[in-house]
Amino acid sequence: MIGGSEPFDVLVVGGGNAALCAAITARRAGASVLLLESAPKDFRGGNSRHTRDIRYMHRAATEYVTGAYDEEEFWQDLLGVTGGATNERLARLTIRDSECLGDWMPANGVRWQKPLRGTLHLTRSNLFMLGGGKAMVNGYYDTAAKLGVEIAYETEVRELKMSAGEFASAMASRNGASNEYAAKALVVASGGFEANIPWLKEYWGDVAENFIIRGTPHNQGGMLKELLRHGAKPEGDPRGCHAVALDARAPKFDGGIVTRLDSPPFGIVVNKQLTRFYDEGEDFWPKRYAIWGKLIAEQPDQIAYSIVDAKALPHFMPSVFPPVQAASIPELAGALGIDPMLLGAAVNEFNQAVRPGKFDPGALDDCRTEGLVPPKSHWARPIDTPPYYGYPLRPGITFTYLGVTVNEQAQVIMQNDAPAKNVFAAGEVMAGNILGRGYLAGFGLTIGSVFGRIAGREAARCAGY
Amino acid sequence: MPDTELIQDGERQMRICNACRYCEGYCAVFPAMEQRRVFTKADLTYLANLCFDCRDCYYACQYAPPHEFGVNIPKLMAELRADTYREFTWPAILSGLFKRNLLAASAITAASIVIILGLVLAFQGSDVLLGIHVGEGAFYRVVPFVAMTVPPSLVVLYGLTVFIIGATRFWRDTQGPISAMVDLPALWRATKDAFGLAYMKGGGAGCNYPAESFSRARMWHHHLVFYGFLLDLAATTIAAFYDHFLGWQAPYPYFSAPVVLGTAGGVGLIIGTAGLLYLKWKSDRAPADASMLNMDVAFLLLLFLTSFTGLGLLALRETAAMGTLLVIHLGFVAGLFITAPYGKFAHVVYRYAALVRYSIEQRRVV
Repeated sequence: MIGGSEPFDVLVVGGGNAALCAAITARRAGASVLLLESAPKDFRGGNSRHTRDIRYMHRAATEYVTGAYDEEEFWQDLLGVTGGATNERLARLTIRDSECLGDWMPANGVRWQKPLRGTLHLTRSNLFMLGGGKAMVNGYYDTAAKLGVEIAYETEVRELKMSAGEFASAMASRNGASNEYAAKALVVASGGFEANIPWLKEYWGDVAENFIIRGTPHNQGGMLKELLRHGAKPEGDPRGCHAVALDARAPKFDGGIVTRLDSPPFGIVVNKQLTRFYDEGEDFWPKRYAIWGKLIAEQPDQIAYSIVDAKALPHFMPSVFPPVQAASIPELAGALGIDPMLLGAAVNEFNQAVRPGKFDPGALDDCRTEGLVPPKSHWARPIDTPPYYGYPLRPGITFTYLGVTVNEQAQVIMQNDAPAKNVFAAGEVMAGNILGRGYLAGFGLTIGSVFGRIAGREAARCAGY
Repeated sequence: MPDTELIQDGERQMRICNACRYCEGYCAVFPAMEQRRVFTKADLTYLANLCFDCRDCYYACQYAPPHEFGVNIPKLMAELRADTYREFTWPAILSGLFKRNLLAASAITAASIVIILGLVLAFQGSDVLLGIHVGEGAFYRVVPFVAMTVPPSLVVLYGLTVFIIGATRFWRDTQGPISAMVDLPALWRATKDAFGLAYMKGGGAGCNYPAESFSRARMWHHHLVFYGFLLDLAATTIAAFYDHFLGWQAPYPYFSAPVVLGTAGGVGLIIGTAGLLYLKWKSDRAPADASMLNMDVAFLLLLFLTSFTGLGLLALRETAAMGTLLVIHLGFVAGLFITAPYGKFAHVVYRYAALVRYSIEQRRVV
């Protein structure tokens, strides 16, 4: 069947959470479904394989969440992080529809984890998948296969044949051979374009060469480009991307969660010129880590160094790479390959500006600097207890915001504001409609799951089911 | 892999796990890991023996091979456990028996059969061996009472000694003073976890065993083996009681306690070991350690053949085949118990010790 002549009812392009939700929903509605995943089986699932938890609306505590999280609180949280860069109709639809995910996901192969005492503070608003995103994706693939969804790996769609907002077929390559897949409806759920460095360079210039991509190298944005070429209406800032501070020793792609670094609020961060460039203690790190990617991207050569001392070490999650360690600051600078004199001066200047206070990592404490530019507003303690530790930092890109516009049926909206007849989008490729800026932990999966299910349902309906 | 390389790799993998923690809901290994920031050899030894090889974490791992981080916890832990068995055994010179365990077990069992057969032929003669013996004391006419009770008791005592030495060394190395082990609530919880095979349930859905889909098959078959073994132990104990205190000599009637319990245990062992052998044969080799698999197969085969020959002996005990079957069965029993301290049986000791330590440690955390 795959690569054969028989057209499918629904073609799903992509292999992550949104694609699987769409495929399962369309298949359950009765449609025949073909899912094309560009990655090999071992790396299937796009960025979903790196996820941990999903935010969802719920009216009461359950075995798996510690309290209620209602529509209004959810909406206010979203408004807070986006600063209004959201489509309220689609956002509220997402929030309300997320309520059923607590049951729908386990019914389709996902297992929840009971809240454990841990370092994450999301156990009220978010459900944690047992084993994380890859386990979730494995469960969905199992369910999809049992339902009779046809799945092809290492099959990359290169071209969409469409005219006037109507999809006819997709040209995909597999093992070097090109095949044409016709279907009555198309669901595009193939992620953003953050792994496409040349495309990022169009907006960022050569700076993008130094970006580390936290997720799959397969998010090349080919489908996004195709939809835009066929006249889909773009949505979101093309330069926009979720960028965090990462350990510079992280792999170029697919490093996932472990390469993030939570040390900055407990020390200082300097750039290549050994100058501090931002208030490391402005707010709690979970609220600030996502601006540091952009901050580092603005520094010379897109590199920075987090410097802490022995008393800071117990206050942040262990990193996957051991810190560079030394008995003195000049020695540490040497080991990091930066100027010992200048680093010594930066640390001295900082230490002298620190005012006495009562250190409390759980609160916005009164440990701050005076007369220092930029200041450090909280958790400022002199860096004076050897051994000293340093971590090199780079901007790490989680996802891009540019996507296509959709309506409440997940239909792709064309330049003339009319919906495409049989083309639907879900997941990162349309998340910018709802999350135009910032990030809310576990909300990417929410958008993908809700719109994946809508896209699957509507695509099946479009095919006559 | 040489020891130090394995320890370094274990430290590297644990550092990745500790920065990720997605698997913390699966078993005891990850919550125990989260209490640590550095992973010494002693820490790794302890964690390895907490791992029940359910493999849920392997299939859930975003860093599993072919990812460049190459995280493969079940394989790592199996390698570390194999090291544990060798390192803590006594005397050190016999630790080589853990390597190429199947070969060693086969040779020892074959030798046992040959020696017992030789002794029966030499002292009793072929007429006795091939004769029909019925009624009370029938078995002892082929293998005299002293020969059937004294050497096995010595073997069992020896095995227990080796395990006590091993457990003591393990505890000292990973936990500290032996007195800390005398902790009734911790012993109770560890016993419950062990008897219920709590960590063969993975996060609730079962093991990813033999392959990627979740299954409880491994847990149920292991239960059959474990409880089958305990039933056989009970049957033997009751029989010894009958013999020493009531003066009733084997063979016992079909509906006597030793025969009923022994038969039930034997059937459980046969089904359980056959099932586990099948699962091992079908299992994904990527998260496995070859030397551990070799130990598993040796132990399972010995248990299977011991039970099988035991039931065969029961069925044909009133025929001329009884003498020969008795010799073969005793040969397998001897092989099983002689090799017990130097094979997979050791997992019982170290896993239990690790569970005790875990329950002490977790109580401290709460």
